[in-house]
Amino acid sequence: MAPASAAPTAVPSGKAAPSGSTAPSGSTAPLLRLTDVGRDFDVSRPWLNRVLEGAPRALLRAVDGVSFGVRTGETLALVGESGCGKSTVARLIVGLHALSRGRIEFDGVDLAAPGVDVPRLRRRMQMIFQDPYASLNPRWHVRDIVAEPIRALGLARSPAEERERVGELLRQVRLAPEDGEKYPHEFSGGQRQRISIARALSGNPEFLVCDEPTSALDVSVQAQILNLMGELQQRLGLTYLFISHNLAVVSHVADRVGVMYLGRVVELADSARLFAVPRHPYTRMLMDAVPDLEMSGRPRTPVAGEVPNPLAPPAGCAFHPRCPHANDRCRAERPQLVVRDGGAVACHAVAEGRLGG
Amino acid sequence: MASPLLEVRGLRVEFPTRRGTLVAVDGVSFAIAPGEILGVVGESGAGKSLTGMAIIGLLEPPGRIAAGEIRLEGERIDDLPHDRMRRVRGRRIGAIFQDPLTSLNPLYTIGRQLTETILTHLDVGRDEAHARALRLLAEVGIPAPEARIGHYPHQFSGGMRQRVVIALALCAEPRLVIADEPTTALDVSIQAQIIALLRRLARERGTAVMLITHDMGVIAETADRVAVMYAGRLAEIGPVRGVLQAPRHPYTEGLMGSIPKLAAGAAARATALVQIEGAMPRLNAIPAGCAFNPRCPKRFERCLAERPEPVPVGEALVACWLYGAR
Repeated sequence: MAPASAAPTAVPSGKAAPSGSTAPSGSTAPLLRLTDVGRDFDVSRPWLNRVLEGAPRALLRAVDGVSFGVRTGETLALVGESGCGKSTVARLIVGLHALSRGRIEFDGVDLAAPGVDVPRLRRRMQMIFQDPYASLNPRWHVRDIVAEPIRALGLARSPAEERERVGELLRQVRLAPEDGEKYPHEFSGGQRQRISIARALSGNPEFLVCDEPTSALDVSVQAQILNLMGELQQRLGLTYLFISHNLAVVSHVADRVGVMYLGRVVELADSARLFAVPRHPYTRMLMDAVPDLEMSGRPRTPVAGEVPNPLAPPAGCAFHPRCPHANDRCRAERPQLVVRDGGAVACHAVAEGRLGG
Repeated sequence: MASPLLEVRGLRVEFPTRRGTLVAVDGVSFAIAPGEILGVVGESGAGKSLTGMAIIGLLEPPGRIAAGEIRLEGERIDDLPHDRMRRVRGRRIGAIFQDPLTSLNPLYTIGRQLTETILTHLDVGRDEAHARALRLLAEVGIPAPEARIGHYPHQFSGGMRQRVVIALALCAEPRLVIADEPTTALDVSIQAQIIALLRRLARERGTAVMLITHDMGVIAETADRVAVMYAGRLAEIGPVRGVLQAPRHPYTEGLMGSIPKLAAGAAARATALVQIEGAMPRLNAIPAGCAFNPRCPKRFERCLAERPEPVPVGEALVACWLYGAR
């Protein structure tokens, strides 16, 4: 078990800290803040089937009660297995899905408040998608792809200035300005992802939502893209929300990490802290599942079970059917995210001190 | 090594096109012993899947084996006529592919698919086939096989479906299993379970496994030996621990450095990943000499002109002029 750090004693049962509590000990106000955000999808059978077969409406809670803040200049990563809701969170933030519940604030302004110029705020964020083969229009020249946000936002006063800017953006992602005359199919996957990044940067955003930006790439190319993203962040002062299923990648890029399971954040902590002392049993399980490349023979507990059907999530803690530490309370009562020791964990076993940490 | 179960020598796979012949696999040689897991690793386009397809005789035309030979238990199988190869495949070689949905027929129950495969390849009756199917499902870790055998593929989760595919590949008790990215479509927690399953099967049944993957982590966990492919050629082959911990070929070295390791702390963040500049060449533009030379930080004149052949370095074979004194 993890080395027990100080004072796991308190927090009696039922007295969890308020949900929606965000990050550990942050001083600066977050650039982006999610409060109790939720999104449901209606996955009911068609109306006729419901009438004829008496099938009920079915709601899938893709994201439920998610709260966190992203501070200016940092990288917050969301990790989890497929279906945990991490990509839905990304899409909620950039406005590709509407919220079912909760609030998203960007730079202190509630995006859903009346009278807010949402497009004006949203142009300060951009998104990089997973598949660089699907996210670039094959019929457009690269220069048009990169210039689209510049044109849409009216950022260039003349065609010459636009050309200048596109060339500069392409250089920034280590492509040549002449590459603007080519089409996407003339580039490899890694180069295409560079084009996506150039396009995302062309609107001068402060905040980038990166949804599995390297998952479709070979490892040697992934390293190029991750290094490039780190460099750009430093140079341009960017803030990243980084979505990934790969814990090793996350440990390389993130300042803070949120672990998601079945639509909820189960642990949120500084990267250093999370990878040194993972506290939620699910985080521990994920880390144990990462292949041991050094072949150090570090002790690992075998992983059991699968993610349950999100249409019928287990009562209480959603992880309890797979959790070696589950007891009756875990099966009945949903744990809230409790902030302590520079991290937040949603686990009764941790809160009660049944588990180290 | 014990006498090999599978022996591939000088394999060359070509694709004739209007603009000339593309060589996708070029002079690849290796062997796998019974009960051994050989990992074949490489980035997309390295030719690892085509090598597997050539062995099971499923190269899609116009792709063809242009040179070399493939021997299974000493018998040549690369020049067998179509119908005889069909009997080898399934009976003596099992295959597991990346996407379990495409390997299963959605219209039949998994029980029917298993028993039909058993009846096709083995001389047993229907009851015995059914009993075997149940045993196989239990062996690959499907809970309550009696209840599950009547289910259709869509009623299984991704991880369970891949277990069914593995059971299907093992139906006829093949001597060799070719697993092409068997865990790539799965979540990490399921991936670990499938890896453990493959390892157990190789050990208990003495089945040789050729495990094709782009994921070094899977290789580290599963394989006994590993072959690293680059641009259709073998860069390095040897015991997995040696190749991963002390890679000799500059490509393997770069590849290992570029993989993010699970690490705690600011140290991991501060260090940039090793990058190999550029990308793997396209098949119509493979450079002369060593195929890796344009990206290699250690290249010298000889690398530009002459192609290196694998030579023994320690326990491994490495195709690099750094080691090829003569």
